[in-house]
Amino acid sequence: MTKPVHETAEIFAVRKVGAYTEFTVVAPGLTAGFRPGHFVAVAVGGENTAMILRRAFALYGANQNEGYAGTIQFVVASNGPGTQWLVQRQVGERLDLVGPLGTPFTLPAPGTGAVLVGGGYGAAPLLPLAQALLTQDSPVEIVLGAANTDRLFGELAAKRLVGQVTVTTDDGSAGTKGWVTDELPAALDRVGAASTAASASGARARLYACGPMGMLRAVGDLAAARGITAQVAVEEAMACGIGVCMTCVLPVRGTDGASRFVRSCVDGPVFDASAIRWADVGTLPPDLVGADAMGGH
Amino acid sequence: MPELSTSLGRLALPNPILTASGCAGYGRELHQFFDIADLGAVVTKSIQLRPRSGRPTPRMAETPSGMLNSIGLQGPGIDSFIEHDLAWLASVGARTVVSIAAGRVEDYAELTRRLAGHQAVSMIEVNISCPNVESRGQVFACDPQASSRVMQAARRAADETSTTPPPLFAKLSPDVTDITQIARCCAESGADGLSLINTLLGLVIDTDSMAPALGGITGGLSGPAIRPVAVRCVWQVHQALPALPILGMGGIRSGLDALQFVLAGASAVSVGTAVFGDPDAPMRVLAELEAELDARGFTSLQDAIGFAHLDAEERASRLKASA
Repeated sequence: MTKPVHETAEIFAVRKVGAYTEFTVVAPGLTAGFRPGHFVAVAVGGENTAMILRRAFALYGANQNEGYAGTIQFVVASNGPGTQWLVQRQVGERLDLVGPLGTPFTLPAPGTGAVLVGGGYGAAPLLPLAQALLTQDSPVEIVLGAANTDRLFGELAAKRLVGQVTVTTDDGSAGTKGWVTDELPAALDRVGAASTAASASGARARLYACGPMGMLRAVGDLAAARGITAQVAVEEAMACGIGVCMTCVLPVRGTDGASRFVRSCVDGPVFDASAIRWADVGTLPPDLVGADAMGGH
Repeated sequence: MPELSTSLGRLALPNPILTASGCAGYGRELHQFFDIADLGAVVTKSIQLRPRSGRPTPRMAETPSGMLNSIGLQGPGIDSFIEHDLAWLASVGARTVVSIAAGRVEDYAELTRRLAGHQAVSMIEVNISCPNVESRGQVFACDPQASSRVMQAARRAADETSTTPPPLFAKLSPDVTDITQIARCCAESGADGLSLINTLLGLVIDTDSMAPALGGITGGLSGPAIRPVAVRCVWQVHQALPALPILGMGGIRSGLDALQFVLAGASAVSVGTAVFGDPDAPMRVLAELEAELDARGFTSLQDAIGFAHLDAEERASRLKASA
């Protein structure tokens, strides 16, 4: 497991991308153990702020530049007072960061094809993942979906990496009007045909996804129907990001068959989609380990 | 620099900074950021007899200078805790305050029996801010008699288990009319000291869904927003029971915040919610507190405990004497 560091880091670049803001920050300590799927927790509001909790963002990249201090990149959607403060930061200002955090994606056997599905700025962690997959000769297809063009992220970067990108939007303002899941069967067939290796289970492709819970669940259902693995990175509300506060839990089936509330910050954000009990998120399923002790309080 | 050693009952500590229950897990995560053996002590998340799932999500809402949580004491249960977590804490040399919670008086006694003779347990913090399942869910800490019954049972269990049991502290809720009354009941029932304060009961309504924001409906409010309430509780209890050791907590984010609790009468303090925003907060607060004591002419933390209760003349003469 990568050991996280706590680092004060200078903003090197800020770029507006549609509805999002992309940060490049000089944070050499965070680059060392980076794997695709890791996230960073950023303090907001400045010293003595009333906003006491960090905001978590998937890492979009981490570069250990030769001869220069390493940089990390992450993408922010402004949707509350904390992120509104963050997107107003400028080059040269400093951010208080903790990372890299979480359990990252794992790679399939070299040569196994992969379809990467990003919803909105959930595309961010998939781009370094695509790079890692290509490095091990896995054919990669990328499917990006969003509500509209403004909320689409990473299309150009994805095209540069893999050549062709499939885009869907809810309103049809970019790509095909519809859902990412509509495009997945064809994309899986294409990478399956291009795969040079079969996984242990005989499957010729793997799914990876990051985005809203509804999309992740749909991707998981599709993977289950086709008998393939889907690794999904969830976006749960967190307080600490380091595993102490227990607020970001999801009901997850363990390898022992028993289900527990597990922390998406430490045990995730990347989970095997088939382990998450999607229908039970936000409830207390009676068969969860320890649910029987909850009577009374 | 000032001498920082302190004590909580019979427990001697090299410094007065502890973590707070529920804000540091069982120590492993924070140990990635600093050596937890350097803390005065680690205070564990509250342990119960059986494993508990905790409540459904959402479990947290950020509030101005604070947060509301409804975790529901998710935990592995005492057996797994002793085997895995307590053993690990001992292996890294951390002094450990074990927080215990229960819904029945007898369960508090049983938990105390399991822990009081264990050499890795430096102190037991009895979290009595739990609903009493035998009294229609009335919170123990909000009822003087129920608080007494828990502390009497824990005292007896500790004394039956060990001739030198670790100190027993009761952690009190601020959601009472007169906290000194509960404090007195706990002290008379055998508490060696008090942890002040637990969270305040709160509620946040999500104006999009127009329903309570938390799965548990209500939650515990913590963070700097509650600090003045906590300092007031420490002040009142120290004034009423000056000989009783107090572990102070509630919204401590800086050395100056910690100093307020010490001046009000706390012998040591817990850094809680601040850890969520800054995993290095406990060691930072320790360094800041040391510098602030020094800047005020204190040669020892002990001289600062309860200092704010002295009149102006006495404060001046004591500072002159120590200079």
